Amino acid sequence: MFHLSHKDKIKLAIFAAVVIAMPIWLAPFGAAYPGLMQKFAIYAIFAIGFNILFGLTGYLSFGHAAFLGVGSYTAVWSFKLLTMDVIPALIFSTVLAGLFALVIGFFSLRRTGIYFSILTLAFAQMSYSLAYSVLTPLTNGETGLLLARNDPRIIDAALGASTVGGAGLPMPALLGTTVTGYFGFYICAAILIAAFFISQKIFASPFGLALRGIKSNQTRMIYTGFNTRPYMLAAFVISGMFAGLAGGLLAVTDPIAGAERMRWTESGNIVLMTILGGVGTLIGPVIGAWVIEYFENIFSAINKNMLNATFDFLPDGLQNVVVTVLSKFVGEGWHLTLGLLFVLIVCFLPGGLVEGWQKLVARVRRGRGSKPEAGGK
Amino acid sequence: MRESPPNIVLHAADVHKNFGGLRALSDIDLQIEEGKTHAIIGPNGAGKSTLLNVIIGRIAPTSGAVVFDGTVLTGKAPHEINQLGISRVFQTPEIFADLSVLHNVMAPAFARRDGAFRLNMFRTTAREADIRDEAEHLLQDFGMWERRHDHSGALSRGDKRRLELCMCLIQHPRLLLLDEPTAGMSRHDTNTTIELLRKIKSRGMTKVIIEHDMHVVFSLADKISVLAQGRIIASGLPQDIKEDPRVQEAYLGGAVE
Repeated sequence: MFHLSHKDKIKLAIFAAVVIAMPIWLAPFGAAYPGLMQKFAIYAIFAIGFNILFGLTGYLSFGHAAFLGVGSYTAVWSFKLLTMDVIPALIFSTVLAGLFALVIGFFSLRRTGIYFSILTLAFAQMSYSLAYSVLTPLTNGETGLLLARNDPRIIDAALGASTVGGAGLPMPALLGTTVTGYFGFYICAAILIAAFFISQKIFASPFGLALRGIKSNQTRMIYTGFNTRPYMLAAFVISGMFAGLAGGLLAVTDPIAGAERMRWTESGNIVLMTILGGVGTLIGPVIGAWVIEYFENIFSAINKNMLNATFDFLPDGLQNVVVTVLSKFVGEGWHLTLGLLFVLIVCFLPGGLVEGWQKLVARVRRGRGSKPEAGGK
Repeated sequence: MRESPPNIVLHAADVHKNFGGLRALSDIDLQIEEGKTHAIIGPNGAGKSTLLNVIIGRIAPTSGAVVFDGTVLTGKAPHEINQLGISRVFQTPEIFADLSVLHNVMAPAFARRDGAFRLNMFRTTAREADIRDEAEHLLQDFGMWERRHDHSGALSRGDKRRLELCMCLIQHPRLLLLDEPTAGMSRHDTNTTIELLRKIKSRGMTKVIIEHDMHVVFSLADKISVLAQGRIIASGLPQDIKEDPRVQEAYLGGAVE
């Protein structure tokens, strides 16, 4: 059950090392603070799950933010009603998002191609609107679902556990230890590594082979005796569960849930992450998630003063020109940079950053004259 | 013998098919004997492909029924029909072009072993030794073992056809349907395909072959049915068919050697 091929074991080990060492290698990029690294890990989990659907079966869901939102709301409700412990919160997030995915997938998978995408988008927008209107008692509308000192927290109350966090609001905890800072990051990191492992297992399994068959040739699949519908539905539910888990983790690291997590922009974001990194590859979606989160959080914070400081060594006139031009691409303009990057990648590297890397490796190897072709990664 | 042959695997009884006002098939009564290669021939537009699609469940007949080994096929989904033991080779090879040659052959074996759906997530494809061995043997038999790790989309048309045959054979079907297996092939590829089909004849499975090429038909078939304008005008041994004046008139134009 835990078997991996030799190659996959090495990949997993490298991946785990890279994730655990994040605080070290992210420092030069100015991104080594826990809040951001938590997001890196969480969105990577989201992207890994999304890739199981989009990467393996080729079905493009435009509504996965709905599951992210469901996961967040569920986790906060678990904090409010049951306990501040994160384990039940994450279990409920994953399971409930899975049930949601089962229902939405059941209907959406009756169509393929663009109609499938539109159906998922419609369901997600519906969830988003409902969260702001009819479901306000559950979601607390625009304010967002917040913790309160007087929440029942039945299990905590029954156990007589004193609320962690002292006089202020209670804080999520793992078996009694408050989830903050680096502890929060390492929880997310551990789950990310587990998610990567599960994704490896699925990629290498007969189930994964069937999903790839669906992407490759549906006609051959059905005339080969596969019932494609349950395979698709299973992939949809699994990816929905990953999204729910990610949503739950967002609430664990910051116990508030708002409907904006269900917006279509969030759904679009995960599509961008997956394509940017490399659809259908193991590591691509993770890299895509990191690049986009980095842009959103670091690139967007660069302002004119920082640019001025950086280009101080240039003569005055030139410095002004350089700073004026570059300032359009950073800060508020980070979307512009990301957009250009995305266009370039889709045009020239349809396989995403991973394909770019493979081409580079192949070229270097050819240059050395050792091996003509790079092995697939 | 023609009236009540032993061991009928497939029986299309009284099948009619209309497309709007057009009669594509009428009064079809076709019996396929176990272990035999049965060819269906006929001029273009005679209804050969329609008949095959009715058998495979892709098209529902207007009336009549197709019975396979005691089970009525009408109304069943394609994957259910496959699970009963019918595999199909298409006119244009349908393979998994994004997968390796070996995975192409392994996937159908999983469908045979695990049924139409199984959440087989925690096993590793490469460690399914039985299926892997069988797939590799088959590829060896068909001279494709060296290419087992190649992308199957890059194969030549003849190799794709061979691969598709392997994908069907690994399922050990009781009935193999071949829709113009040599369509669009060069003489050389056609001859290799005939050799292949001869080879699998020894495996003793029942085959229905739809074919244009008389050379192919007369080198392979045990029995031939001739379709013209949606009706079976003759059915019998190759020798009888060759000499049947109605057949010569309708299709062969008296030009059979």
